[in-house]
Amino acid sequence: MRLSLADVEHIAQLARLELSPEEKELFREQLSAILDHAARLQELDTEAIPPTAQVIEWRNVMREDQVTPSLAQEEVLANAPEAREGYFVVPTVLEDHA
Amino acid sequence: MEYEAIIGLEVHVQLLTRSKMFCGCDANYQDAPPNTHVCPVCLGLPGALPVINRRAVEYTIMTGLALNCQIAQVTKWDRKNYHYPDLPKDYQISQYDLPLTANGYLTIDVDGRPKRIGIRRVHLEEDTGRLYHVDGRALVDYNRSGVPLIEIVSEPDIRSPEEARLYLQKLRTIVRYLGVSSGDMEAGALRVDANVSVRPVGQETFGTQVEVKNMNSFRSVKLALEYEIERQIGVLKAGGTVVRETRGWVESEGRTVSQRSKEEAHDYRYFPEPDLPPLEIAPAWVEALRKALPELPDEKAVRYRREYGLSSYDAGLIVADRHVAEWYEQAVALGAQARPAVPPKTLANWLTGEIFRLMHERDQDIESLNLSPAALVELLGLVADGTINNNVAKSVLRDVIESGTPPAQIVEERGLRQISDEAQLAHIVARVLDQHPDEVQAYLNGREQVAKWLMGQVMRATRGKANPKVVMSLLTQQLEARRSSQE
Repeated sequence: MRLSLADVEHIAQLARLELSPEEKELFREQLSAILDHAARLQELDTEAIPPTAQVIEWRNVMREDQVTPSLAQEEVLANAPEAREGYFVVPTVLEDHA
Repeated sequence: MEYEAIIGLEVHVQLLTRSKMFCGCDANYQDAPPNTHVCPVCLGLPGALPVINRRAVEYTIMTGLALNCQIAQVTKWDRKNYHYPDLPKDYQISQYDLPLTANGYLTIDVDGRPKRIGIRRVHLEEDTGRLYHVDGRALVDYNRSGVPLIEIVSEPDIRSPEEARLYLQKLRTIVRYLGVSSGDMEAGALRVDANVSVRPVGQETFGTQVEVKNMNSFRSVKLALEYEIERQIGVLKAGGTVVRETRGWVESEGRTVSQRSKEEAHDYRYFPEPDLPPLEIAPAWVEALRKALPELPDEKAVRYRREYGLSSYDAGLIVADRHVAEWYEQAVALGAQARPAVPPKTLANWLTGEIFRLMHERDQDIESLNLSPAALVELLGLVADGTINNNVAKSVLRDVIESGTPPAQIVEERGLRQISDEAQLAHIVARVLDQHPDEVQAYLNGREQVAKWLMGQVMRATRGKANPKVVMSLLTQQLEARRSSQE
């Protein structure tokens, strides 16, 4: 399974990574190797095995609906590159999500 | 060619838990200063771990049960990945392939006939933060980040904007009855996205689907759907093809506009949330929740028809708002104890007539109207025992709401007691007839409807206090007496 350059660029875009042409080639090789490995695992018959999302066999870990203290606003904004009147300030992004 | 619309709705409903979905921050964020209801978990700081809010899970199961859904035996969380400043972790914890509840339906009433709208799934997730665009910059407040949110996805069973409105209204009524959400659309506690397509009537396959967003009220949902359906039909009639896309409703312009994203089609790369163990939902837990469900609007309406003899229409009006229904039931209980009793039907007529009119006029709901069920029962008791007549009761009702004074006291203070004394009324009737010889003559010449007008004059002469039944019989008697004396 060999990834195309377009695949690599798409993945880089989703991860907000800027890659040089050399890096794109490098990651294309490395990602392809990872997919090859996954493809080998796919060959196993896992019909009778339930999907495993987690290796710790915990179930039903829940908390009661109780309010606990939040952080102070100064702490929240302490590492913000830019803040104004209690808000984080970021560049405008046009895209909208649900 | 005739076209029909195919509509499916995705409704996000905020849950009324005290704390957030995965942390203990206060979920009541509406009036809080920005970024004061946040912690490492809902800010997505490295190393912070989410823990599931039990009540949010229960509210979702309750909603699923009320929508006739199956409750999953095993459910899990997944990460929905996308990059946007309102999403501090760059992923939203949601549910992908194993939603908490699925495969239900909700019944709406279309022109007097029940219609089932399928519910594909109801899953639990977390809300995002909020962005405010100011001077070309975006201000971010994460107070809403992590507030529990359920997404209710309908099947594409809706065929018109009106059906969409009925569906949404019913859904809102149900979440309010359950007490799981305020359902307040203006405050963003209930948000609607629509998938809309059109196809020639008779065609089996669906047309190309367009997602419509940014509808912030029931009215804008209706207007946006009407616009979008017409737009798509127009495209097809002109020989074009509908493009699969997301369009935003622009309320001020009354149209939907394409929201092309810079990024290619959304690629959410869902994968299981490793920080949250799955849930195994014990049947006993579901049964306990089912038993604790309140009586829902459809059940209530059936009971009102059966026990109180209300029409489906009146029953529907009353159950549409849980607070109205509770108010009505208190009035019914008090009416049954009153002597003479005030029957449920009379109470329903007054509620859906005069009281709804006053609520509308004053832009108030039943809670803010300042009218107790006891006051209405007292007022109608005064009608039932003949102390006042119906019209005076309407005026007293208004006075009760404005002044908060009990009805009996208003009747005494304003001297509104009904005059039923025959001798007294006979005297007034005779005087009115003497004052209007032309009308009396018209009546005697066969224009019997004049009697109503003469009745009005008697009511005026008594400031509305005369017992209408007594007046009517006296009027007839005296008019007929004048006829015989003419002959």
